[in-house]
Amino acid sequence: MSATGTAAGPGLRRQPGRRRRADDVAGLGRVRAGLFVAPALALIGLFLVFPAVWTIYLGMTDYRLTGLAAANPEFVGLDNFATALGDDEFWHSLWLTLIFVLVSGVIGQTLLGFSVAWALRRVRGWVKSVIETLVLAAWVVPASVASFLWLALLDRRTGTLNALLGTEGTAWLIEYPMVAIIVFNVWVGTAFSMLLFSSALAAVPPSQLESARMVGAGSWQQLRDVVLPNIRGHILTNTLLITLWTFNTFTPYLLTAGGPRDESAILAVYIYTTAIPGGQLGMGAAISLIMLLINLVIALGYLRVARAASGGRR
Amino acid sequence: MAAITTTALVKEYPGGVRGVDGVDVTVADGEFFALLGPSGCGKTTLLRSIAGLESITEGTLQIGDRDVTHLEPGERGVAMVFQDYALFPHMDVADNIAYPLKIKRVGKGPRRTTATEVGEGLSLHGLMQRRPAQLSGGQQQRVALARAVATRPEVLLLDEPLSNLDARLRLEARTFLKELQRELGVTTVFVTHDQAEALALADRIAVMKAGRLQQVGTPREVFSRPVNTFVAGFIGSTPMNLVEAETADGGVRVAGAIAPLPVGAQGAVADGAPVVWGARPEYLRWSTEPVDGGIEAEVSVIENLGASVLVSAHSGEVRLQLVVAEDDEPSPGDRGWVVATPRRSLLFDSESTDLIG
Repeated sequence: MSATGTAAGPGLRRQPGRRRRADDVAGLGRVRAGLFVAPALALIGLFLVFPAVWTIYLGMTDYRLTGLAAANPEFVGLDNFATALGDDEFWHSLWLTLIFVLVSGVIGQTLLGFSVAWALRRVRGWVKSVIETLVLAAWVVPASVASFLWLALLDRRTGTLNALLGTEGTAWLIEYPMVAIIVFNVWVGTAFSMLLFSSALAAVPPSQLESARMVGAGSWQQLRDVVLPNIRGHILTNTLLITLWTFNTFTPYLLTAGGPRDESAILAVYIYTTAIPGGQLGMGAAISLIMLLINLVIALGYLRVARAASGGRR
Repeated sequence: MAAITTTALVKEYPGGVRGVDGVDVTVADGEFFALLGPSGCGKTTLLRSIAGLESITEGTLQIGDRDVTHLEPGERGVAMVFQDYALFPHMDVADNIAYPLKIKRVGKGPRRTTATEVGEGLSLHGLMQRRPAQLSGGQQQRVALARAVATRPEVLLLDEPLSNLDARLRLEARTFLKELQRELGVTTVFVTHDQAEALALADRIAVMKAGRLQQVGTPREVFSRPVNTFVAGFIGSTPMNLVEAETADGGVRVAGAIAPLPVGAQGAVADGAPVVWGARPEYLRWSTEPVDGGIEAEVSVIENLGASVLVSAHSGEVRLQLVVAEDDEPSPGDRGWVVATPRRSLLFDSESTDLIG
């Protein structure tokens, strides 16, 4: 009986708390409080809201980089969207993006990041520092520098990889463009998952792991029964962020420029090649908007899963 | 059911610190055994070494007639309840209790049956579908106990079993724990820093300090015949008075007065030897009239203990504490005599701090 009471407790207590939050806690009054927030709102408006709205507008015009339509763009309604959705190139690009996100982001970075964190959890001292620094370095190096390193590594004639493997003359970026950008992206992004999972693993109560050990649970059983359930929230957060970042990343362009032809033209790259070299700014804006909507759907999907997961917990 | 025997057990951490430093102890089959000591004394390390969670550096550990020194925790027939209970938050009570059986690949049906059986034995019926977060502290503890005993271990280890409960619940849980242990008859070792808990629960107590055993004995032995001043000062809810003194005139010169020589020390010390005189506050008497062998003192502080008061009295530099019944309570500033009984006072060697008698 008493436990039922405490379970209902927080729900009942939340009501007055919410009311208090609506009150004027700082005692500033609406106008003065508004003034304090105004600069931030102005900046957000200028650099976030306005471009977004502008993109929506551009997406509904035939705005071009050069020529007549550059001077006097005409309103074309939803034509651009219809064209994009009817275009095989768009669907091809979306498909490539899906593979890219799944393999390099969700599977590659998450699994590798978790494995490194798991392997390092008992290691202390300089070994841990060295490995962490190396992984982090890949993450903090500017994208342009990182891609230059990889160009040097994968170069057909003087590339380090060919020298190492003895596969002289292999043009990795041309023969395996998707594989190349996937491996590259895993290399760049693993650090984030590693950091997130190291802190998540550190928060798993040691006594729970030891309880499992006491009854004879092996490493795999400890992972399944104690670690994974404890870090479920972290896994979800990590997957959400990685998915969005990988979905939106443009850096692979610096390696393959979307080529050969459009074999590695993931969505961000496809938008760029449509809008800038292709000159169709209106079309590029329209595809950007579609991309934004996909992002939203992904985020909302994760939020629902997260809510269901935490709801099941209470 | 099995006895536990450690032989010259050493647990050395990297860097040469010894958590357990050569412990020889035997816990009898079915015994309720306490490891008692201040924090950092190695009691938890010893418990974890028995559990197999710490590797043993030197010496051997036997459970029953098996040498388990180098066995994995799961192979020792040992179950442990952690201080924070370590229940799995994502499993309900039944799954938590049945977890050891799941690892032992017992089928789902028998698992449920055992969980229900054990849970009911620990009055957890009606709570089997709850998550740990929906349980009170006492209920969580009972779930942890149920999980530990579900596999019928030969040895049960409890790490600070009562410290996560609030004061009132603690007394209840103490009685419950003792009943459960009697009922199961399982050899049980528990760690505590609370001497009252050890005295109340244990059949025998091992007092530890700096990784070494100081004394192993029944609660009564440890309470009334502490082997040295450390044990004397550690055991007892009000610490024993330990006063630098000197044997003289067939008695002990304490704060200028000659107190009677403790019974155990008679014939064991010569006059003029430097000693430490020890007497528990409960065994000292307050007299407003001069008494032969009484130590004259002035009351400085009174602390209420409920049915009695703890009186602190000063005789020169020496402070003595004694427990006085509420009716005979003196007031601060009163002068009187602290009277010790020879049967209930002790002498310790002032060099080695060991008990003389």
